[in-house]
Amino acid sequence: MSAVRTFIEHYNYVITILLMMAGLYIVVARGNMVKKLVGLSIFQTSVYLLYIEPGKILGATAPILDPAFKVYSNPLPHVLILTAIVVGIATVALGLALVVRINEAYGTVEEDEIFERDRDA
Amino acid sequence: MSAVRSQLPILQVLVPLLGAVLVAFLRRGTSAFALTLVVSWILPFVAGAMLLQVLATGPISYALGGWAPPIGIEYRVDVLNAMVLMLVSTVGAVIMPFAYRSVAFELDDSKEAWFYSMYLLCLAGLLGVAVTGDAFNAFVFLEISSLSTYVLIAMGPDRRALLSAFQYLIMGTIGATFYVIGVGFLYVLTGSLNMVDIAARLATVGPDQGQAVLTALAFITVGLSLKLALFPLHAWLPNAYTYAPSWATAFLAATATKVAIYLLVRYYFSIFGVAIDIRSLPIGDFIVGLSIAAMLVASFVAVFETNLKRMLAYSSVAQIGYITLGIGLANQAGLTGGLVHIVNHALMKAALFLAVGAMFYRAYTVELKDLAGIGRKMPLTTAAFTIAGFGLVGTPGTAGFISKWYLAVGALDKGWWLLVFLIVGSSLIALVYVGRVLEVVWLREPSVEIAKVRDPPLSMMAPLIVLTIATIYFGFDTEWTAGVASTAAKSLLGGLR
Repeated sequence: MSAVRTFIEHYNYVITILLMMAGLYIVVARGNMVKKLVGLSIFQTSVYLLYIEPGKILGATAPILDPAFKVYSNPLPHVLILTAIVVGIATVALGLALVVRINEAYGTVEEDEIFERDRDA
Repeated sequence: MSAVRSQLPILQVLVPLLGAVLVAFLRRGTSAFALTLVVSWILPFVAGAMLLQVLATGPISYALGGWAPPIGIEYRVDVLNAMVLMLVSTVGAVIMPFAYRSVAFELDDSKEAWFYSMYLLCLAGLLGVAVTGDAFNAFVFLEISSLSTYVLIAMGPDRRALLSAFQYLIMGTIGATFYVIGVGFLYVLTGSLNMVDIAARLATVGPDQGQAVLTALAFITVGLSLKLALFPLHAWLPNAYTYAPSWATAFLAATATKVAIYLLVRYYFSIFGVAIDIRSLPIGDFIVGLSIAAMLVASFVAVFETNLKRMLAYSSVAQIGYITLGIGLANQAGLTGGLVHIVNHALMKAALFLAVGAMFYRAYTVELKDLAGIGRKMPLTTAAFTIAGFGLVGTPGTAGFISKWYLAVGALDKGWWLLVFLIVGSSLIALVYVGRVLEVVWLREPSVEIAKVRDPPLSMMAPLIVLTIATIYFGFDTEWTAGVASTAAKSLLGGLR
């Protein structure tokens, strides 16, 4: 029973890890470059969750100075992840821009077809 | 002056960052180059002033925005990162004159200013990683440098440059994300992101959390190993170096992987090493194993490459193996050898890639078979290639020999005789792939196309000659390379638990 209990108590981490593995799997397993970027994005997003989750305390408020509130959540993870989201957006945007250029140059975004065309050329 | 002196650490990042924005506004190739040249030449003086200050009075701590660490972001400069800052900014400045003609030759006019802008952004990122004392800040700078590197590579003239940039983007982002996961573990464990503070707090976490510490160590190791192209995570490197514009390849080969190596050293010796007994873990042996594989396998692959840039790229993977070997050995001589090879390899590889860039500028090719006899027509360029190539092999009288000497002494200190033979063996393979090129470029009869070429203009020759002289000079006078590296190694090892 204790394993089930641990599982339920940490269900959010289980979801995070599932997302992480799913994202990484898509990056590795898919040959389509757009799908690779989708996988990469899922992978990065799971890390946002990994940071945010420990920062949340049940029943706590935002960190405001007021005698009525005693318990507050740590705001730092949110700030860090805001930065990480910006980095993530920049990465995916650049990745998609490269895919557009690759599509113009090769006429396809499938990795195996691209390798084939380079071999022929 | 004292007002400037106290702001040196932030200037190291701010100058190239603002320069990147200004250059992007200029839009015209020549003026963009002029501004980039000025910015590049300011940085070594900033880094040099910090290096002298650190050697004289100890580490510099700079509180960003006036927020005292560990709450605020701290920029912390000690001997190790002062050395890396000096290296990156000096290499950037020395090779900059080469860019003017090489970039104008290989890129469209409309892209030149963007190229310089991306270069300065990359420089800001690399210097930022080296200067910061904050784990998350390092991630942000790492991604600034990586994203601009992807753009630099994608600007290469061949369409395969786009593909290489995309593949590097995927690998690099996975690496960076692994690194952030590791930092996240450390943050949850310690509640801090300041590197010094993490080390202090990590030492007090309970034994039941040992597993989490090791997980953090594993994620950071794998993430940074992807960035620094540790064998077998080097798959992105050969294509990226082959298809990037020649000048960008020289810059990246000399600096980008070195900064990732610096960060790994920082984590091993200043954070984990201080907090836990890292030498009782098998990680050192593991890294030594991978380094040996890199030294042998990548050198062996280089022997069969027909494209000069790709051959040098594989050689880079092998040479990174030497550096990580020193990290894995983790004794005074070994670590000194690894750290000094960061500098020596940067000088030699920049010279080699510049020489190849100069050949491409004149002969329009980097295929070995088409370069037969070029040594008779471009004697200075080929001579520089030859000397730097001998440095790569580790011939006595060149900088490469100094690093390998220290590494061999480090291996002997551990009683690993076999490793000394492997270091020598790998050097012999290097002699084969360098010698193969030398035979073709010096001894064969030049073809009709090659008969028309001559040495490139002075703006391209000067950086090449300076780097080549440095390769020889640092083979004799080692005070500023091995001396500084030895001081850094001593302080790193002295801090170990």
